[in-house]
Amino acid sequence: MIVGKKGKIKKMAENLSESGAGRSLWKDARMRFMQNKAATISLFILLSIVLFSFIGPYFAVWSYEQIDWNAMGSAARVGMPSIESGHFFGTDDLGRDLYSRVIQGTQISLMVGVLGATVAVIVGTLYGATSGYLGGRTDQIMMRIVDILMSIPYMFVLILLLVVFGRSIGMLFIGIGLLSWLDMSRIVRGQTLNLKNKEFIEAARVTGVSDFKIITRHIVPNLLGIVAVYATLLVPGIILAESFISFLGLGVQEPSTSWGALIKEGAGTISYDTEWQLLFPLAFFVVSLFCFYFIGDGLRDALDPKER
Amino acid sequence: MSNQEILEVKNLKVNFDVRSEGDMPWTKAKKLKAVNDVSFSLKAGETLGVVGESGCGKSTLARAIVKMVPAESGEVVWLGNDLLGMSSAEIRPYRKQIQMIFQDPLASLNPRMNIGEIIAEPLRTHYPKTPESDVQARVSDVMNKVGLLDNLMNRYPHEFSGGQCQRIGIARALILKPKLIICDEPVSALDVSIQAQVVNLLMDLQEEMDLALIFIAHDLSVVKHISTKIMVLYLGNMVELANSEDIYKAPSHPYTQALISAVPIPDPSVEKNKDLILIEGELPSPINPPSGCVFRTRCHKAQEVCANEKPDFKGLSKDHSVACHFHD
Repeated sequence: MIVGKKGKIKKMAENLSESGAGRSLWKDARMRFMQNKAATISLFILLSIVLFSFIGPYFAVWSYEQIDWNAMGSAARVGMPSIESGHFFGTDDLGRDLYSRVIQGTQISLMVGVLGATVAVIVGTLYGATSGYLGGRTDQIMMRIVDILMSIPYMFVLILLLVVFGRSIGMLFIGIGLLSWLDMSRIVRGQTLNLKNKEFIEAARVTGVSDFKIITRHIVPNLLGIVAVYATLLVPGIILAESFISFLGLGVQEPSTSWGALIKEGAGTISYDTEWQLLFPLAFFVVSLFCFYFIGDGLRDALDPKER
Repeated sequence: MSNQEILEVKNLKVNFDVRSEGDMPWTKAKKLKAVNDVSFSLKAGETLGVVGESGCGKSTLARAIVKMVPAESGEVVWLGNDLLGMSSAEIRPYRKQIQMIFQDPLASLNPRMNIGEIIAEPLRTHYPKTPESDVQARVSDVMNKVGLLDNLMNRYPHEFSGGQCQRIGIARALILKPKLIICDEPVSALDVSIQAQVVNLLMDLQEEMDLALIFIAHDLSVVKHISTKIMVLYLGNMVELANSEDIYKAPSHPYTQALISAVPIPDPSVEKNKDLILIEGELPSPINPPSGCVFRTRCHKAQEVCANEKPDFKGLSKDHSVACHFHD
């Protein structure tokens, strides 16, 4: 109707575009992320650490709770890192193999971080998007609840929870998960308010798309960029919180361990010439945190190229 | 079919509450009369052009008709049913008969969805059980109709130009075969050459599908080209409503006269000798509109009666009405 020789032009267009599949914003973002060296290297290192925590146990000579009676009490002389004795990272003060314990600590810390962040992201995104989209009085009430929860000193509550209900990983999850979605929901709400008045949301409403579908199909996918960035920054935050709690001696329960607990033990025995007890867990901790922050940075640049 | 009134708007009023900074929560909000007492009717296949300067309530009128903003009072009668009294569940079946096209072509498309999904969304919303192959066929059919190649279905909005994006928006509005499309400044964001293409496309489709259009714009020459009737709004009030030809040949309201004299003529010698009626002063605040006739503060014919009495909206002939005490 508009195009006269439609058949001809169509054929040409088909030749020009190989498959007709478009480049989505996600593909663009992935390309930009790959061009960021620091972020790509960080992603690689982080994946290696994760892989190591799964493959590492197959090479371990000692399990994480087994005590090497030779090294017990004389870690400074006998328990140093060596390949012969099978203690690749040395032993701790009780003669337990640090290699296995670091692997165990890595698994626990990363799990706490990733699971905690996932819970925070899901709850925070849905809460924030609902609050922002519905607006008005609902929004006011929902956000005041967040304000009230935020004003409660978080560490204090977490410590109280762990003291009252006993130390357990489950309790730690609940404690951290309960509080870390608050920031997320605020960020998401702000972004939703911004999106809500865009014309494509209005177009969907005029068509008669239900509120729930508008939130899940139109608002949440457009929030994912900022959510992904914030989540990668939330993971190290949660790992830090867990480490701090463990450092205080309230986190995971022996013989399980985590980075924070290992660092605490290492720091306690540093004056007995057993510096490896501090350095190995600390190295894993620091490198992983750096990686998370670099990846978060890279993601932000990749998903939001205008604001660089 | 063609002579039946499908949409009738009666005395529609839309007010917004305005609170100024520092107001206490219990102070009464001021009322901003965005749309004040607007009535018109529309038949199938007709186009109503709505013109007026920015902030005169054109877009609010459009949004009130589809219940995107709540109306204060009045009626919107669609095929004999009052839409304003309906709950959001009751209005759903009517949503597929009234569609909308927006001003910013790119912003009206979700950047995370490919255009096949965007165009199919109304179909999937109202007929969720349509088999996937039918959806694909309908989408490519409607894409061809608006002059897009259907092999672009998997592409994303940012890969298209403004004119193409507007065609995608039109395709989305057409897929449910609506009876009325409300176009909210559909061409204001486009180049002049693309404007003509899009307007001609709309007119072709209108003829083909017996569509009624409400066409909002601030460019009078575009409106003249497409409309059968034209409504002139000023500060939320109707000042003149007439057939497209009458309003250009014999504008009666001083405001309409000024608007029409401001349309540039593409001939320098004619343009130079043209009588320009200049409107002086600023648009008054809609929170605190002038008493009597809203236009009197800027009108060259204004007299005492204009400040005291609001002019009735009276018919000069069958299809020509005006709100002025001293109309020509």
